[in-house]
Amino acid sequence: MPFHSILVLEDGSIFHGEGFGEEKVDVGEIVFNTSMTGYQEIITDPSYKKQIITFTHPHIGNTGINAEDHESNEIHASGLVVKEFCTKPSNWRSQKTLEEFLIEQNVMAISGINTRQLTQIIREKGSMACCIGSSRLVSEAEALQKAKSFSGLEGLDLAKEVSSAESYKWNQGVWPEHKESSNKNGPIVAYDFGIKTNILRLLSDYAGEVHVVNAKTSFDEVMELSPRGIFLSNGPGDPEPCTYAIENIKKFLDIKIPIFGICLGHQLLALAGGAKTHKMKFGHHGANHPVQDIKTKEVMITSQNHGFAVDVESLPDNIRVSHISLFDQSLQGIEFRDTPAFSFQGHPEASPGPQEIQILFSKFKSMVDAYVKT
Amino acid sequence: MSKRKDIKSILIIGAGPIIIGQACEFDYSGAQACKALKEEGYRVILVNSNPATIMTDPLLADATYVEPIHWQSVEKIIEKEKPDAILPTMGGQTALNTALSLDKEGVLEKHGVILIGANREAIDKAEDRQLFDETMNGIGIETPNSGIAHSMEDALEVQERIGFPCIIRPSFTMGGTGGGIAYNIDEFKGICEKGLELSPTSELLIDESLIGWKEFEMEVVRDCEDNCIIVCSIENLDPMGVHTGDSITIAPAQTLTDKEYQVMRNASFKILREIGVDTGGSNVQFAINPVNGKMVVIEMNPRVSRSSALASKATGFPIAKVAALLSVGFTLDELKNDITGGLTPASFEPSIDYIVTKIPKFAFEKFPQANTRLTTQMKSVGEVMAIGSNFQESLQKALCSMEEDLNGLNPVVENLPESLDKIQYELTFPGPQRLFYVADAIRSGWSLEKIYNLTKIDYWFLDQIYEIISIEKNLQNTSLNQLNKNELIHLKEKGFSDSRIAEMIGSTENEFRQVRKDLGVIPVFRRVDTCAAEFATTTCYMYSTYGDICESKPSSNKKIIVLGSGPNRIGQGIEFDYCCVHASLAMQEEGFESIMVNCNPETVSTDYDVSNRLYFEPITSEKILDIIDNESPEGVIIQFGGQTPLKLADILSEKGIKIFGTDVDAIDKSEDRERFQELIIKLGLTQPSNATVKNIEEALHKADEIGFPIVVRPSYVLGGRAMQLVHNTKELKKYLTEAVEVSNSKPILLDSYLTDAIEIDVDVVSDGTNIEIGGILQHIEQAGIHSGDSACSLPPYSLSKEIQDELSTQSILIAKELNIIGLMNVQFAVKDNEIYIIEVNPRASRTVPFISKAIGRSLVKIASKAMIGKSLIDQRFNSKLPDDLFFVKEAVMPFDKFPLVDPILGPEMKSTGEVMGIGATFGEAYAKAQKGANKVLPRSGSIFVSVKDSDKKYLDQLVPLIVSNGFSMIATSGTAEYIQKLNYPVKRINKVMEGRPHTVDSLLNNEIDIVINTTEGAQSIEDSAAIRQTALRNKIFCTTTMFGALAVMEALKSQESDWTYSTLQEINK
Repeated sequence: MPFHSILVLEDGSIFHGEGFGEEKVDVGEIVFNTSMTGYQEIITDPSYKKQIITFTHPHIGNTGINAEDHESNEIHASGLVVKEFCTKPSNWRSQKTLEEFLIEQNVMAISGINTRQLTQIIREKGSMACCIGSSRLVSEAEALQKAKSFSGLEGLDLAKEVSSAESYKWNQGVWPEHKESSNKNGPIVAYDFGIKTNILRLLSDYAGEVHVVNAKTSFDEVMELSPRGIFLSNGPGDPEPCTYAIENIKKFLDIKIPIFGICLGHQLLALAGGAKTHKMKFGHHGANHPVQDIKTKEVMITSQNHGFAVDVESLPDNIRVSHISLFDQSLQGIEFRDTPAFSFQGHPEASPGPQEIQILFSKFKSMVDAYVKT
Repeated sequence: MSKRKDIKSILIIGAGPIIIGQACEFDYSGAQACKALKEEGYRVILVNSNPATIMTDPLLADATYVEPIHWQSVEKIIEKEKPDAILPTMGGQTALNTALSLDKEGVLEKHGVILIGANREAIDKAEDRQLFDETMNGIGIETPNSGIAHSMEDALEVQERIGFPCIIRPSFTMGGTGGGIAYNIDEFKGICEKGLELSPTSELLIDESLIGWKEFEMEVVRDCEDNCIIVCSIENLDPMGVHTGDSITIAPAQTLTDKEYQVMRNASFKILREIGVDTGGSNVQFAINPVNGKMVVIEMNPRVSRSSALASKATGFPIAKVAALLSVGFTLDELKNDITGGLTPASFEPSIDYIVTKIPKFAFEKFPQANTRLTTQMKSVGEVMAIGSNFQESLQKALCSMEEDLNGLNPVVENLPESLDKIQYELTFPGPQRLFYVADAIRSGWSLEKIYNLTKIDYWFLDQIYEIISIEKNLQNTSLNQLNKNELIHLKEKGFSDSRIAEMIGSTENEFRQVRKDLGVIPVFRRVDTCAAEFATTTCYMYSTYGDICESKPSSNKKIIVLGSGPNRIGQGIEFDYCCVHASLAMQEEGFESIMVNCNPETVSTDYDVSNRLYFEPITSEKILDIIDNESPEGVIIQFGGQTPLKLADILSEKGIKIFGTDVDAIDKSEDRERFQELIIKLGLTQPSNATVKNIEEALHKADEIGFPIVVRPSYVLGGRAMQLVHNTKELKKYLTEAVEVSNSKPILLDSYLTDAIEIDVDVVSDGTNIEIGGILQHIEQAGIHSGDSACSLPPYSLSKEIQDELSTQSILIAKELNIIGLMNVQFAVKDNEIYIIEVNPRASRTVPFISKAIGRSLVKIASKAMIGKSLIDQRFNSKLPDDLFFVKEAVMPFDKFPLVDPILGPEMKSTGEVMGIGATFGEAYAKAQKGANKVLPRSGSIFVSVKDSDKKYLDQLVPLIVSNGFSMIATSGTAEYIQKLNYPVKRINKVMEGRPHTVDSLLNNEIDIVINTTEGAQSIEDSAAIRQTALRNKIFCTTTMFGALAVMEALKSQESDWTYSTLQEINK
């Protein structure tokens, strides 16, 4: 049963709505996502750690939850904000309702919110701290206090919090076939900074078996696995505090092993190469962002989810810009001139979103193949 | 690649007349294409036979040809204009087919013209069923299983491959005769046996049945660098089995996970690439099995379509404009997205944060014999779209937009327990009102499972409807003073209209509105921005909803609201959208901010850059008053949107809102029988004797006084709805008991029918002081045929100067008396040099665009400016037709879509569209109009003549013309005798009732090339229907009036090789 709830922003804006899922109080950075499909993938994406997601699409929950579409084992977002919460899903793959899943995961959603207005506030004022909670558990004043005392994401290393403690192997491909891959010449080692399942599936399909390691795994430990290539995953938070990762990546760059980074992985690779990053006003969070390949002029619609970005001006000479956003001309991809390393700010694994830039996985595979030959 | 420099001039082919399946969406796309290409500096040549379009406005193209869209005519235009390229993707199937014919006939090669936007191979691959299947299977995309059988053995083999249920369709039988769905082998054998017998080629098409599968559409745009985007996904509420044009559809898709959506998205791109659509917009349709998610592609259209218009309006992404620019070499990243003021490029996919619902509008009441069950052949004549913050709001807004006296999900069945069978039937066999039966089923307590099993409407939609009904149930136990502010907000957020709520709680709309406003529950207006508020927009394309922040930011400029004409229907079509657009443009020219309100996604008026501000809203008192409250305009213009805005006249004037132009009282004066009669008497004019009756006895009594034949109709109707000609007491009684309801509140009008009178339309424009005649149109068909269905000629082709002068004088007298400011239309009948007034409409009429195109001035602009005080003298207006030219309008009928309907003309309007023919003689203009209407006039052969007794006298004139045009004659007994008496050779043939071989046999054996068949009286009409229906099916030219036949004789005198082709720009230099 829904419970009366409030949403309070650090600027004092207050919204009333109905709570679904776990009746609780939570804080996080408020962001919006304009994707019209794929709420299940979005809420299970570890990159949303400590964030409260506003969905601009008015109906959320329509297709329920199924076992196949998770991007990780849990909901990482601190909360969901929706206009219309669907409690009776309809889809042949649905196994439970979004409400049931929220309860299982101790997460709450607030529904009946004027999400367009909220999005406009975020657009104007930038992303900010937010508190959502059941009215039974928190007053407006308390919620405002909680929002104000939220420290924000800048300077926060969240990657180590969501990274898998244990390393594990992955050889299952993408939906719906889920083909199994094998390990012929050593694995692809994927650093887990909050890795999404579909990345693992695509790596497996394109490049073979993956060995996933914790964010803090050292260079030497990884080399013992005889990797054919290094993958740097997406993840939440600010890249700059992840110095341990940056140091490791520098070493991989030195030995010229193929490296592919996505999102946070992209930022870490850029930092390791000597570039700088900054926090964006409200980031990119959607599935309709046009990105252009600088060389081919090809335009691809991509999925995006990032609040930090790499400064174009800070790129050293050995790194070239490979992709830019046609929305705001911001940096979307880099490629090293002197070593087989490249990375992409958006999400080529999509999930949710358009899949045309999946070709980057095939590019990585070519690099890996070339590396194995030499 | 950037803009092509090797192309200097482009020929755009329009879609021609409005027909079912091809409506004014192609005026919208064509107009966008003309504007965009002209802006880029190309010389734009346009051909379109439909004068009621914005695209044929002389300013939109450099050379505008209102000529038949037929390859032979287009070749003449190509010879004259020598275009470098043809853009065939903006004019629907008509334009594509014409382009294919031009290619096939070698015209393109001969004149060195290239096709842009699509190529022949791509069109073939998309259009040819078998080729399409092969192409799809080649890229691993499934299509529905199907096969062809010529024997029972073949059929069984195909069935084994396809499984059950499957659909069997015998080839070449009309309207699917003999076909059916088989669920088991016995049924299958039975249907096949009958089908093989019925099919003249003993051929059966057997398809896997996808009935009940979920149906989706993707609107795709591709540029020459192979960049592809999806502009919009659309989900059909009505699953497979109902044509998508007849389905309620929702954007964006609601019941797909991202994984499934992306499979469909990827497939769409793959299909476009494989079919080879070079550039532009396309539409791909998919079906998904709701049980296991299996996806098949149904079809793709390699051109902009009705769905692209919907997708453009739903998202704010101008598909047609972008497609036109891509066709000349631009790439998506080079184009800016106008709606965000260029903040985003055109190479992005719109994200929307609202729900759009489209509901089709049907016209079955016009065709009582037609089969009302919805199938895979489209039957709707128009549509509405609504935008809401959630599905329920958008659905209920769309319902209110329909103009069918709906204010929400109104119940359709009464006496519930007895009606359960009816509900079951309507859910199982979808008709135009299925949604309402779903609601009634829920009201009757049926489980959603039961409803789902019968309809296969997705549970998600059923749940939404269920909630609406539950809320209504609760409301019924509430009264106005019990509702608090929060409850009201909740109701309005769910889209309940004021009048629906008032109805449920026993209040009135007016009273409820006041309470709502007093509580501060007023709508906000949001902008359609293509990006779900991610970027700011300055474009004023808005919709109403309930929430906290209004984004409309009204200006303090002088402004005027123009009310649109709502959904297309028979009797109110594109002509009125043309008028509204012109009114809006005129207001802008005069320094006003123009605000458009309309709810029809197919139109030019709902293009966000036509008016200064656009509200996409139902034309209902609630929404219009809300907009007026928000904008505070100087006033409202209601003269141009047909009956739709006129209905609001009273309520607007009650609220003290200024209505520009003719006073509201003039409407009443011209529509109220008694007041109108007073006016006619006062002016010393004549009208046919008539009476208003309120019961059957009175009707019979008055009918005796008037004398038969009599035209009967209910009062206050549009397009001659339920209008009939009755010849005797028996027919009158039948009409009053079976066709209509007569009562004190629903009086019936009786008018003496003027046999063999000539009908005339006069359009008048007035500034209140000066009154000018816009044009006098002489109808070809005699009075009694609805004016919308008659062909007509400008100038009159057989009226004396004296009569014409007198018609002008009388029109001016009436305009003066009614104090018309703006437009007025008068319908006259002339019999034996006597002039009778049939009716007066103090508003824009259907013929206004036609006249405007002929005289080279927009009557609407003149009238609108007059309405805000600019005199006709200041506007230097005088109506002058080009010398030595005739302009003929021909109506286009939808009979081919309704095989069971008798294609006979009568007092009830049935046409969906019109074309214009321009010629140096009446004959040439009439012949061109026939060709434009796609009626092929044979030049030799034999003519079948069978006319009613009262028409026989015309044979004296007609028969010599038939002979001099080189035709032989076949006639039924009475007619043959008469012709023989005139000493002309004629072959006698049996009527259908007289035994075989009879007329229908001869028609089927291609022994007859033209049918001239006039008839009267219910029984004779019924007896001869087979003749007309057979002619229609076999595309044999058929006329059902003597005046029509005489015009055909004139047309036959004009040889196609002598036809001249001039642009509107040349004609009105």
